[in-house]
Amino acid sequence: MSRANGTPYAPHTDEETAAMLAEIGVDDEEALFDIPDAVAFDGEFGIDPRTEREIRDECARIFARNDDLTEFLGRGHYGHYVPSVVDHLADRAEFLTSYTQYQPEVSQGFLQALFEYQSMLVELTGLDVANCSMYDAATALGEAATLADRVRSTSGDTVLVPEQLREGKRAVLENYCDGADLTVETYPMADGTADVDALADRAGDDVAMLYAESPTVRGCIEERLAAIGDLADETDALFVLGSDVVALSVLESPAAVGADVVVGEAGSLGLPTAYGMGLGIFACSDDFLRQVPGRLVGASEDADGDRAYTLTLQTREQHIRKERATSNICTNQAWVALRAAIHAATLGPDGLVDLANDCVREAADLADRIDGLSGAKAPVHDRHHFREFAVRVDQPAPAVAEDLEAEGFAVHAIGDHLLQVCVTDLNAGKTDGLVAAFEEVL
Amino acid sequence: MIHDQANYEREAEGVREPLLSEKGQETVDVREDSPLPDDLTREELTLPNPSEPETARHYTRLSQMNWAIDAGPYPLGSCTMKYNPKFTEDVAADPNAAIHPDRSARSAQGNLELQYRLQEALAEIGGMDAVTLQPPAGAAGELTGILVAKAYHEHHGNDRSEVVIPASAHGTNFATAATAGYDVVELPSGDDGRVDLEALEAAVGDDTAALMLTNPNTVGLFERDITEVADIVHDAGGLLYYDGANLNALLGRGRPGDMGFDVMHYNVHKTFATPHGGGGPGAGPVGVVDELAPFLPTPRVRETDGGKGYERFEPEHTIGKVHGFAGNWLVAIKAYAYIARLGDEGLADAAAKAVLNANYLAERIDLDVPFGPFHHEFAATAGDRDAADVAKRMLDFGVHPPTTKWPEMVPEAMLTEPTEIEGRSSLDDLAEAFNLAYADTDEALDAAPSRTAASRIDQVGAARNPRLSWQALDGE
Repeated sequence: MSRANGTPYAPHTDEETAAMLAEIGVDDEEALFDIPDAVAFDGEFGIDPRTEREIRDECARIFARNDDLTEFLGRGHYGHYVPSVVDHLADRAEFLTSYTQYQPEVSQGFLQALFEYQSMLVELTGLDVANCSMYDAATALGEAATLADRVRSTSGDTVLVPEQLREGKRAVLENYCDGADLTVETYPMADGTADVDALADRAGDDVAMLYAESPTVRGCIEERLAAIGDLADETDALFVLGSDVVALSVLESPAAVGADVVVGEAGSLGLPTAYGMGLGIFACSDDFLRQVPGRLVGASEDADGDRAYTLTLQTREQHIRKERATSNICTNQAWVALRAAIHAATLGPDGLVDLANDCVREAADLADRIDGLSGAKAPVHDRHHFREFAVRVDQPAPAVAEDLEAEGFAVHAIGDHLLQVCVTDLNAGKTDGLVAAFEEVL
Repeated sequence: MIHDQANYEREAEGVREPLLSEKGQETVDVREDSPLPDDLTREELTLPNPSEPETARHYTRLSQMNWAIDAGPYPLGSCTMKYNPKFTEDVAADPNAAIHPDRSARSAQGNLELQYRLQEALAEIGGMDAVTLQPPAGAAGELTGILVAKAYHEHHGNDRSEVVIPASAHGTNFATAATAGYDVVELPSGDDGRVDLEALEAAVGDDTAALMLTNPNTVGLFERDITEVADIVHDAGGLLYYDGANLNALLGRGRPGDMGFDVMHYNVHKTFATPHGGGGPGAGPVGVVDELAPFLPTPRVRETDGGKGYERFEPEHTIGKVHGFAGNWLVAIKAYAYIARLGDEGLADAAAKAVLNANYLAERIDLDVPFGPFHHEFAATAGDRDAADVAKRMLDFGVHPPTTKWPEMVPEAMLTEPTEIEGRSSLDDLAEAFNLAYADTDEALDAAPSRTAASRIDQVGAARNPRLSWQALDGE
């Protein structure tokens, strides 16, 4: 067996290899490589092979170097408890080890699951069309900007975003706008939500896209979305709304407030707190159907007249349209979308609404308790909050965050005297500890 | 050889797995028990409400109507569908790794260490100087690499507007260049299927920002003149971009950095055997030479205290970010584990066996295979048969067909990449399926597939009358 010295995942015995080489008509494997000597490589990377067990031990040891902290972190990446059934079903190898559904007749299962995911997003957004996933909220926002560039090309090249926007999201958006010659500008906020009067003064023909978020990055529920939608309408700007799949289950329907496109995170269902790995939502009205980025699954029929599913409208996609495609995305987040769909199905509408309502109640309750401490005010903004809220502290915020970390709790420091705290079902049982730690360090 | 596809037997007419919505939906009055005022909430939410056992059965049945590498050969050209080792799933499932991305560097030393180690391993494998793990997929890696090249040119005051791409390149190359704001100059293939140096000379010039190249290319041919290609592009002031989609064939045998490439992406979900999950997540780390490192996305990870710790830092002229957080972290972990499992010899052997398998299979099939010699994949031509029909018939013989009708330089192309994981008997089965389908009657091809979960699906109808949600099926 050659396996001892090579990849453990190639089944060839030495005899088989020799027979195959003979069939091809060459002496050895080296003869098959058509690489000039000038650029050939000797194979020495200095990477020692390890056994499975050694690698599991090694990685466990590495990951154990992460401090064991109770996280009250959010700002765009949220963890909720993922029921065991999600892991067990999504981890079925028939899902996990499959590829993009280019042969639909042997991919009906995944196609149907993605069709169902799209349908859930249609219900949650009220819009006509949802694709079956982008990478994350930030890249979905970037894709929305390039959509605006295509469908609103006569209306200028400014993308207007809230001044309080997660920096990483803004940076990703800038990179998508760079290629489309769009300019990102901000509009002011008032006490954690959009300053609609200032926005009305700023809106105009040069705005191709108007972006608002609810909840905002500070966890505030935006109160005047319909007015923002009207402003976008009046100036023919694309109204893009950012949210997440849990919040969407209770907040006013994006369609009802005039959103043309909804972007955001769906990974708040189905994904563990995976270092920021995400699942981007992209939903829009029928008007933009042929401009949608990414993959779409459609219902059709097979030769027997039975309903069947297939990837559709692929002439928008890079593998057919090349430089005129609506996006360069190819590999997306299909398996994560499957996880989100299974999680949503497991919760059902009741469970989803309960989870979302808890995000409001827990945040209000925790803010109230922190507000009761001397040296802290919470929430900073006089708004309804979803999962998270800002805290003003008398002491320098970075020092308070460091001290809290020493007590075993992670929170964001977002300004000289501003912290941000996020509570979900995962850490709701640890709020007593957090409040006690605050009391200790303030 | 014909496998008995127990899992793929056709259901009796009309009793396929129904949509969850068809099993029953529930409408919830959202405002009834809401802590929010009515004007901030929706009135109601309507979604399926299956019990957990119903959910388990639904998704189990759906999984069974799905081809997967664990179920059989999956020789899609340029997709590198190889076996995904099971232990990497367990490594990635470590709860200690599942931390929030905004953790302080001090409290996230484990994740930073693994990021650093993977960066170093990838740099070594690609012959690059610096690597970022941030891009969440191959195409995202392409965009990152091209934006880095663009920033480099702009920093040096070079006003360049074009990216040159061979006609046979992956569609993502073209779409990426356009997304980054470049005009695309398409380079026709030479008579031998490779880059034609004269055509390249004519295509590059003062406007050339970069040439995007796949090597081996999309019909499995190594670009033997790569040093000349690099010289031509560099002499014109352009950068050379390596599309890592076919890196599997080069592991341990050649490194893009040694060939003159300045920037590359790695498709870790292909080359390093991380599960493709029905279309993602993947990950598309990007490697660059020293001159381009200051432009990489932020943050990067480096050692501190002589290797005792790790920290994040912002490259001097960073392009900013290409993903909201750190990219597809769980995929990165699996890639690290796979690379560690194989080591130097295993990686080189993976390339050797992948190349052996492609050449063996090309030898065993009755279809014409133009060009050659091949590395990891080859484009057979179905000649006067319709490649898509031949592919559908192959499904009936218990294998997944190759990529069809691409690249266009081979008429009725069947682009086939068996990877290193198929043994001789499996390759013989594949060849037999190829040959039986290719030789079959027109009637049989038209009627195919007949032994799969669905018979031939009307894809034209799906596009003409788009129904993209169960809401759109209402009333049918």
